[in-house]
Amino acid sequence: MTHHSQRDIGLFDRAILRQAGRDALRKLDPRDLVKNPVMFVTGVVALLCTVLFVRDAASGGGNVAVEGQIAAWLWFTVLFANLAEAIAEGRGKAQAASLRRTKTETPAKKAADPEAATWTEVPAASLRTGDLVLVETGDVIPGDGDVVAGIATVDESAITGESAPVIRESGGDRSAVTGGTRVVSDRIVVRITANPGESFLDRMIALVEGAKRQKTPNEIALTILLVGMTLIFLLVVVTLPAFASPSGTVIPVVFLIALLVTLIPTTIGGLLSAIGIAGMDRLVRFNVIAKSGRAVEAAGDVDVLLLDKTGTITLGNRQAAEFLAMPGVTERDLAEAAFLASLADDTPEGKSIMVLARERFGFSADATDWAGLVFIPFTAQTRMSGVDRPAGGSATVGAQAVAAVQIRKGAPDTIVARIGARNASRDLTLAVERVAKAGGTPLVVARDDRALGVIHLKDIVKPGIRDRFQTLRRMGIKTVMVTGDNPLTAAAIAAEAGVDDFLAEATPERKLELIRSYQADGRLVAMCGDGSNDAPALAQADVGVAMNTGTQAAREAGNMVDLESDPTKLIEIVMIGKQLLMSRGALTTFSIANDVAKYFAIIPALFLLGLPQLGALNVMGLASPQSAILSAIIFNALVIIALIPLALKGVAYRPAGAAALLRRNLLVYGLGGLAVPFAGIKLIDLGVTALGLA
Amino acid sequence: MDAAGILQITLYCAVIVALTPLIGGMMARIFSGERVLLTRLLGPVERGVYRLCGVSPDQEQHWTRYAAAMLAVNLLGVLLLYGLLRLQGVLPLNPAHMAAVAPDLAFNTAVSFVTNTNWQAYGGESTLSYLTQMAGLTVQNFVSAATGIAVAVALIRAFARRSARTLGNFYVDVTRATLYVLLPICVLGALVLVWQGVPQNLGAYTEATTLEGSRQIIAQGPVASQMMIKHLGTNGGGFFSQNAAHPFENPTPLTNMIHMVAIFAIGAGLTFTFGRMVGDTRQGWAILAAMGVLFVAGVLIAYGAEAQTNPTFAALGLDPALGNMEGKEVRFGVAVSTLFAVVTTAASCGAVIAMHDSLMPLAGMIPLVNMMLGEIIVGGVGAGLYGMLLFVVLAVFIAGLMVGRTPEYLGKKIEAREIKLAVLAILVLPVGILGLGALSTVLPAGLASVQSGGPHGLSQILYAYSSATANNGSAFAGFGANTLYQNTMLGLAMLIGRFLIIVPVLAIAGAVAAKKTVPASTGTFPTHGGLFVGLLVGVILIVGGLTFFPALALGPIAEQLLLGSGTLF
Repeated sequence: MTHHSQRDIGLFDRAILRQAGRDALRKLDPRDLVKNPVMFVTGVVALLCTVLFVRDAASGGGNVAVEGQIAAWLWFTVLFANLAEAIAEGRGKAQAASLRRTKTETPAKKAADPEAATWTEVPAASLRTGDLVLVETGDVIPGDGDVVAGIATVDESAITGESAPVIRESGGDRSAVTGGTRVVSDRIVVRITANPGESFLDRMIALVEGAKRQKTPNEIALTILLVGMTLIFLLVVVTLPAFASPSGTVIPVVFLIALLVTLIPTTIGGLLSAIGIAGMDRLVRFNVIAKSGRAVEAAGDVDVLLLDKTGTITLGNRQAAEFLAMPGVTERDLAEAAFLASLADDTPEGKSIMVLARERFGFSADATDWAGLVFIPFTAQTRMSGVDRPAGGSATVGAQAVAAVQIRKGAPDTIVARIGARNASRDLTLAVERVAKAGGTPLVVARDDRALGVIHLKDIVKPGIRDRFQTLRRMGIKTVMVTGDNPLTAAAIAAEAGVDDFLAEATPERKLELIRSYQADGRLVAMCGDGSNDAPALAQADVGVAMNTGTQAAREAGNMVDLESDPTKLIEIVMIGKQLLMSRGALTTFSIANDVAKYFAIIPALFLLGLPQLGALNVMGLASPQSAILSAIIFNALVIIALIPLALKGVAYRPAGAAALLRRNLLVYGLGGLAVPFAGIKLIDLGVTALGLA
Repeated sequence: MDAAGILQITLYCAVIVALTPLIGGMMARIFSGERVLLTRLLGPVERGVYRLCGVSPDQEQHWTRYAAAMLAVNLLGVLLLYGLLRLQGVLPLNPAHMAAVAPDLAFNTAVSFVTNTNWQAYGGESTLSYLTQMAGLTVQNFVSAATGIAVAVALIRAFARRSARTLGNFYVDVTRATLYVLLPICVLGALVLVWQGVPQNLGAYTEATTLEGSRQIIAQGPVASQMMIKHLGTNGGGFFSQNAAHPFENPTPLTNMIHMVAIFAIGAGLTFTFGRMVGDTRQGWAILAAMGVLFVAGVLIAYGAEAQTNPTFAALGLDPALGNMEGKEVRFGVAVSTLFAVVTTAASCGAVIAMHDSLMPLAGMIPLVNMMLGEIIVGGVGAGLYGMLLFVVLAVFIAGLMVGRTPEYLGKKIEAREIKLAVLAILVLPVGILGLGALSTVLPAGLASVQSGGPHGLSQILYAYSSATANNGSAFAGFGANTLYQNTMLGLAMLIGRFLIIVPVLAIAGAVAAKKTVPASTGTFPTHGGLFVGLLVGVILIVGGLTFFPALALGPIAEQLLLGSGTLF
C-alpha cells in the first residue's frame, strides 16, 4: 500500500559523485575535520606519517617504500570518510535543488486589507509576517501563509509531487498555503506567516541539504563512545614501545601509527554522519520532511501509534453491507425501497446502497423508469432523503410497477420521529442495535409510515491494514485508533482492524490527555494530525506528523510534515527511524569486531624481530611484516568505501521482535565483522605480495 | 586434568550457585529495609549506631551526597590506618615489638586496605602489631567491603526506581552491610575455622625447637577472625605473608573450601539481589551466567595449562602426571591451587594458596586477564556487580542500537551521559595498567623491582599494576614491591582504580534513577537469556581483549611460546 511518489536518485549518481569527490578534498580542512574526532586523529597521524616519510626519503633510511604507501593509505582513509559524508550530502542537495526550483522570484500583489480591491506590486522577498497578498488564477503564491479570504484550487505538485490540485479556503483546516505553489482557479487573500528565508520551503531546503544538521542525541552518545575507544587505543599504542623494550624490540613509529589507525573505530567514525544524513534523505524520498534528526531518531523509539480511524484505518466512506428486513417484509422489498430512495443520492453511501441492491437483486438504474418520481434530497434540517411518487405518477423497476407513495431513508431517530414511535417495532430497535454493535451505521428505510427495515452501512477497513498492525505488534508497537464514534461502534471497528486499543468519542482534549498518560508511563507516542485543534497534541507527541494540507498551526506544532498528507505513512516513518538506529548499531558492531583480525595481522608483524616466536599468532599466514601491516591499513581504508552503500541505504529492516532482530544482526554484523577482515586482509596481502608492493 | 580435579571444580560451582539466591535474597531484604531474622537482635545496635553518629536513617541522599559521604568515610579510613601504622610502636597490643612502618609503605598499606585491594608490600607477621592487624586492617576489611556493597546497592536502586532523586543513605547502607551481612557470616565462619584449627589468640609468638634441633619462631595471633572477613570481603590481605598457603590460615581441605566459597558468596549473591530488587530475577541470573561463562572458561584454560608439566622438567624425567607443582602447596595439589588462583583473581580477593609467579605462562595469564577485565567475574564485593553493569551499559549501547531503538536496559534509556561516565570509568583500567605499568618498565626506579628479565619481567610488572588498579592485591612473587617508587605508584593505581570508578558509577546511578522506566515490549532488547549473555561476554572479551592483547602478547603469550622452544625466565 505504499505507492508514494518517490524521488529516486541513483546510489552513485555520476554528477553527485563528481561533486562529492571535490567536497571530500575540501573537507580535509582541519576546522571541518575536528568535528569528527576519529577522523581528526587519523588525519593528524597521517600528517605525521607523511613527515616521517619525507624525512626518511631525504635521508634514504628506513623502509621508505612501505612508509610512503602507509602514509598514502592513511590519507585515503580520511578521504574515503569525507567522501561518504559528501555523497550523502550531495544526495540531500539534489533533493533540495528540486525543491528550490519552485523558489523563483515572483512579484507579489500586496493588499491593504482582505476586502481591498486594489493592490500594489512588490517583490516577494520584501514581504514580512502579517502582510496581506492577493493571489489570483495563474499566480504563484509568494510566501507561506494562511488564507484569510476566498477559496481557490492550488497546484502543490512542486512540493508534494502530487499532480491533483487541492482546495484552499479561509477558516477551517485547509487554510495553509505554501510559498512556491500555484493558484489554478479563483482568487484568495493570504496573510503571510513567514519572513523571507524563514519560510517552510527555506527551512526544508536547509534541512535536506544537511547545512543546519546538528548531531542527534544518539549520535552524540555514540561519538563519545568512539572517542573513548580512540583514547584507549592511543594508550595501547603509546605504551607499546615501553612494553616491547624488555624484549629488546624497537618498533618503527610508522608501524605504531598503522596499528593505531587500524584499531580506532575508523569505519563507523567515517560513516556516522553519512548514516544520519541518509536517514533524513530517506524520509524526504517518502515526501516527509523531518524538522530535526532528533525527530527521526525518536520515530525509531516510538511505542504507541495514535491513528485516526477515518482515512487511516478505514476507507473514508461507509458502504452498505446488508439489508435487514422487518418481519413481514421481504429483503427484496426493502432493497427496492432503498434502491429507489438512493437513485438521486450522489453521496458515496447512496451509491453503495445501489451497488448492493444491484448485486443482490439485479436492480439497475438503466432498467428503471423514474420519470414520475420526485426526489427528496438530503438536507441538514431533515437529515433524511428519499423519493415521492405523487398520485397518478408511474414508475417501474424492471418489469414491475412501483406501488409505493413515499419512501424515506435516514438516521433511526429521524425516521422514527417521522413515522411515529408506535410504528417503530421492537424488531426495528433490535436491528438498529445489532448494526451499531457490529461497528456499522444503521439507516432506516420507511415506506409511508411503515418501517421496512435497516440498511447496514459499514466502515470498510482498509485491505491489508490488519496485517500491518500485526507487524507493528511484532515490532513491539502498540496501535491506538482514535475516532469520534461511540464506544460500541469504535470497539467493533477496532476489533475488525486489529488495533490494540481505541479512543472513542475523541476530542482534541482527550487526545492530548491520552498522549500525556502514555508518556507518563515512559512511552513514546507518535501521531498525525492536520487541524488547528490537533496542534497541542501534535506538539505534545514525541513524533507529530502534520499533514501538509493542514493548517499552519498544525504544521508548526508537528516535528515532521508529510507533503502527501497520507496518514498511513506514520508506519513507514517509524520503520525509517528504526533503520537509522540499526544502521548505526550494525556498523559500530562491525567496526569493533574488525579489530580482532587486525591485531592478528599486526602484532606478530611488529615483534617478529625481537620475539620471532610470536609468529605463531600470524594465523593468516601473511607474507611479511611489511605486507601484513600494509594489508591491514588498506583493508581498513577500503572497508569504508565498501560500506558506503550500506550506510546510505540503511541496514535491511524486516519487522520483527527485538530478540529476532538482535540475533540476526549480531550474526551478520558481529560474527561477520569478526570473520570478514581475516579473509579481506589475507586477500589484500596476496595482492600486495603479487604486485611486489612490500 | 583428572576426574578428581574436575569434580572439585564442579562441586565448587554448584555450591556457589546454590548459595546465590540464599545470600542474595537476604541482602535484597536487608537493603530494602525489610525485617530479617537478625533484626530483633541487631535492630537496637543499628539504631544505636545511627544515634551515636548523628545519622537520620530515613533521610535519603542525592548521588552527589552519597558519593561525598562515601569519600569522607574512606578518607577518614586512610588517615586512621596511616596513623595507626606510623604509631604502632608506641601503641598497646604489640607483643612482638613491631616498629613504626615507613611512611611510603604506610601510605601504600593504608590505601591498599581502604580500597579493598590488600596489596601487601610487607610480611604481616614481621611488620605489624596485633592492634594494627585488628583495629586497622580488619576494620578496613569490613568498611571497604561494606563500601563496595553500598555502591552496588545504590546502583541497583537506580535501576529499580523510576524518576527518583535519591539513591538511599550511604551511612545506613554501610551499617546494614556490616551488621546484617558481613558480621554474622564472619562470626559463624570464624568459629568453624577455629574448630578446624585456625589460631585466634593474642599471645606472643611461640619459640620452638625443631626435630633437627634448630630454633623456630611460630607466629600466631587473631588469625581466624581476619581470615573470614579477608575472603568474604574479597580483601585478601593475609595475616601471614604466605597468605592462605600458611597452615595456620588454611589448615584443612574444609577451611580451603570455606575460603573459596566465602570469596564468591557475596559477589555472586549480589547478582540475585540485583534481579530481585529490579523485579526480575532472570536479569540477575543472566549477569551471573555471563560471569560464570568467563569464570569456567578461565578455570579450564588455567587447569589445562597447569595439568601439563613444564616441558623442561619433563625432559629431565619428572613424572608429568603431577602437573606443574612448582610453587604449590603439596597439600592442595594442582587442581585446587589453580581453582583458588582463578577464584581469587576473578573476585578481586588476592588471597593465594600457591605462587602465581610459578604458574605456567598461560595459567598465569588467566589471573592477569581476570584482573585486566576489571574484576567483574563475580568480582570484589559490590565492585564486581557495578563493574559488570558498566560493561552491560556498553554492551547494551553497542548492540542495542541494532534492534532499532535507543538502547535501554531495564527500561532505562542509555544516553550520552551514561556512556560518557561508563567510558570514563572503563578508561581507568588502561590508564592504571598500561599507563602506569609502562612507566614502571621505562623508569629505572620502576625497573629496579623486577628480578626476571624478558617477557616474565614484563608479566611481573603487568601483574602488579593490574592487581593494584583492579584492587585485587595478589602478586607475582619476585616483584620487589616495597620501594619508594612502587609504594607510591601502586598506591596511586589503587586509588584511581577504586574511586575513579566508584564516583562515575554513582553519577550513572544518579542519572539512571532520575529516568522514567519504559515498559518492556517485544520491541525492547531482551536482557535475559543466552543471546544477551553471549553478547555481554563477547563485548567484555573484545573490549578487554583489544585493550590488553598487545601487552599480553609481549608478556605471558611470548613466554608460553618461548617455553615451547626451551627458553626459561
